[in-house]
Amino acid sequence: MTDEAGEAFVRLIGISKSFGAVRALAGVDLTIQSGRMVSVVGHNGAGKSTLMQILAGTLASDTGEIRVAGHAVGHGYGVRRASALGIRCVFQELSLCPNLSAAENTRIFHPALAGPGWRRRARRLIGDALQAIFPDHGIDPRRPVGELPIGQRQMIETARAFTETDHPVRLVILDEPTASLDATAAEQLLRYTGEARARGIAVVFISHRLPEILGHADEVFVMRDGQVVGSGAADALTEAQLVEMMGVVRGADPTHAPGWRGGGEQIRVEQPARADTPFRVQLRAGEVVGLAGLAGHGQRELLQAVFDAAFHPAAGLRVNGSVAYVSGDRRTEGIFPLWSVGRNTTISRLRALARLGFLTQAREAALAEEWRTRLAIRTPDIGRPITSLSGGNQQKVLVARAFAAEADIILFDDPLRGVDIATKRELYQHVHRAAEAGRAFLWYTTENTELVNCDRIYVFYRGTITDEIAHTDLTEERVIRASFGAGQSIAV
Amino acid sequence: MSTQGARHHGSVLRVGLPAVALIVMLGAIFTMQPRATSYFGLTVLLNFTLPAIFAAMAQMAVITVGDIDLGIGPFLSLVNCIAATLLAGHPLLGWLSLAALVGAYALMGALIHVRRLPSIVVTLGASFVWLGLALLVLPNPGGAPPSWLPALLSWKPPLLPLPVLASILLAICGELLLMHTSYGVVLRGIGGNPRAVAHTGWSLLAGRMVLYAVAGACGVVAGLALTGLNTAGDATVGTQYTLVSIAAVIVGGGEFVGGIVTPVGTVIGAWIMLLAGSLLSFLNISTDWQLSVQGGILIIVLGLRALNRWSGA
Repeated sequence: MTDEAGEAFVRLIGISKSFGAVRALAGVDLTIQSGRMVSVVGHNGAGKSTLMQILAGTLASDTGEIRVAGHAVGHGYGVRRASALGIRCVFQELSLCPNLSAAENTRIFHPALAGPGWRRRARRLIGDALQAIFPDHGIDPRRPVGELPIGQRQMIETARAFTETDHPVRLVILDEPTASLDATAAEQLLRYTGEARARGIAVVFISHRLPEILGHADEVFVMRDGQVVGSGAADALTEAQLVEMMGVVRGADPTHAPGWRGGGEQIRVEQPARADTPFRVQLRAGEVVGLAGLAGHGQRELLQAVFDAAFHPAAGLRVNGSVAYVSGDRRTEGIFPLWSVGRNTTISRLRALARLGFLTQAREAALAEEWRTRLAIRTPDIGRPITSLSGGNQQKVLVARAFAAEADIILFDDPLRGVDIATKRELYQHVHRAAEAGRAFLWYTTENTELVNCDRIYVFYRGTITDEIAHTDLTEERVIRASFGAGQSIAV
Repeated sequence: MSTQGARHHGSVLRVGLPAVALIVMLGAIFTMQPRATSYFGLTVLLNFTLPAIFAAMAQMAVITVGDIDLGIGPFLSLVNCIAATLLAGHPLLGWLSLAALVGAYALMGALIHVRRLPSIVVTLGASFVWLGLALLVLPNPGGAPPSWLPALLSWKPPLLPLPVLASILLAICGELLLMHTSYGVVLRGIGGNPRAVAHTGWSLLAGRMVLYAVAGACGVVAGLALTGLNTAGDATVGTQYTLVSIAAVIVGGGEFVGGIVTPVGTVIGAWIMLLAGSLLSFLNISTDWQLSVQGGILIIVLGLRALNRWSGA
């Protein structure tokens, strides 16, 4: 089905977007026909969410053209304009106001819901949409949504995207809409997208559940490294083919430093297998263990649990040794922005640097200087403010801080996200060296190429471990298959 | 009441509890001082709620977007000094400067939004500017307001004394504008989840400026009311209203997190804070204790609320 100008409803041509040095999208072309459901799949950082934000008008692209209903949207394309063209987006993070009711949240969405009687109209609008998509939803449209369970909030948000006032809905982007819905509601939503398509509404469906995609989408686009690397009709594709397309390894991968050896004898972290997974977590001294999978599937929770258990013994998780934590979110939980490079490095070792409770400045400076040299932190002077460094070098300081703490266990919370490749290579070597000296690493990464630095890898899916991969058995395909829920137990 | 029930009736309890507390306080006062029930007695008892309810409403507008205004007290002083000097001598200049003050509040909101500054710092800084300006306008207590202002404040409407009538009207107006108009929903939404509101195409800058302008306007009315009651100017007269206004919003059921406020509750909260002082004097306790009691009420309410949240979790 084509539009009045003989074109598909949406055409994205050569869309590119960079965040600093990181290229999120590198020339993406995508076509969405009216009345069709298009699915976009890809691993972390493939660029799905960035692309959808550009289409929904919440983010501007660097280059490229967006054509809607046969016309280029041109400059000044924003949320209001997208909404007037009938493009709606259900964002991955809940975008409702918790203090407002379902009806009031609908009002925020529709500038036309104003004037006398707006509340009654808003209540009916959202009530009807909820009834159509999720019959028997049991949601009170008068209660503040913050008081509702997360599943009901997701229902309201989804239903709101399908409500119409002055502009008809032409395209709805559903970004992982089923992640927080129970099975019944997810099924209801997928059934409803069929009805919506019959009315000529296009749907973009992003999900990490491959069977859902293959079962309901018309077309599938596979993204990797900011590009569309494959596409096809959903009924002509299999899960194995999708996994293969998502996991084509590009570029040179760092290899092991010479003299790399396996883990030592001393067990640093141990978590017995739980009822929902056959895999137990174990970390030995001198071992580097990777935590893989899609972002937000329980990796960070494990790091947090290990960190807590190091200070307060916890049931079901044994931690033997001291821990240091390196966060990838350096702005909010990493650096002290007003302090110098040196102070930022030595904060983890203050007790050892102090004499009778007073810091010895000479020793503090010596330690900072030592780590500056060891990690080749590029600053002329450790007294410089940390914010004068580049992002990659700031991240090096955080790693130096963890190393300087001389902890037995180092927890990496995706610390090299957004760091340039040269810095990464340097840090990989330092990790290897530290591991040889007996340190144990638990390393959560969202970049699958980093996993080759690990001796073993646990892959997470929806809070549980779905696969354990030894270094010698590592293939990206296997990581991706487990990241999408099919682990060793289901097998090839 | 079970936590399930308590949560379900959250919004009813939000205004219900302070209302019950107010009725209990009034009951106690009327028992101790039966004369206070008369038209004249009520007027005397409640006169000073007039500046308080408007100051509290100004504070509520700022708390709606999750900010806080530490400068509203000195702002009342500045309005008071202008009203006791310029407004009587050069009415046009007086009104223009009051309008400029409302504009200054809107600009303060814009500054907080554009530069992403913490409101607590900006308004605290502004409070010293207001105080300084007040001292410039009127270095020593004195001056006199235009004659219509005290006359307006001593107006005796039929049936209900002025403070009661004004409180009811203000509560109704606030409730209609903030809770029932469609733009009021957007303003409260900004306090609840600013990113979500911005994602749907609303201007956060405009929203914050509107609320700060409303705060400034309410502050001007509060300052004028104070002048009408005192019939003189004093550059430090408003200081206590910062605490009273914050406490009124919170005691009345509002929360610091933003977006959770109630105009009716705020007016009730202002009455509670004011009557706490009267209750002390009826009990023959020195009014020196008034500030401690008002602060104590605020801490107790916040403490009980935290306790309720823990038991509900």
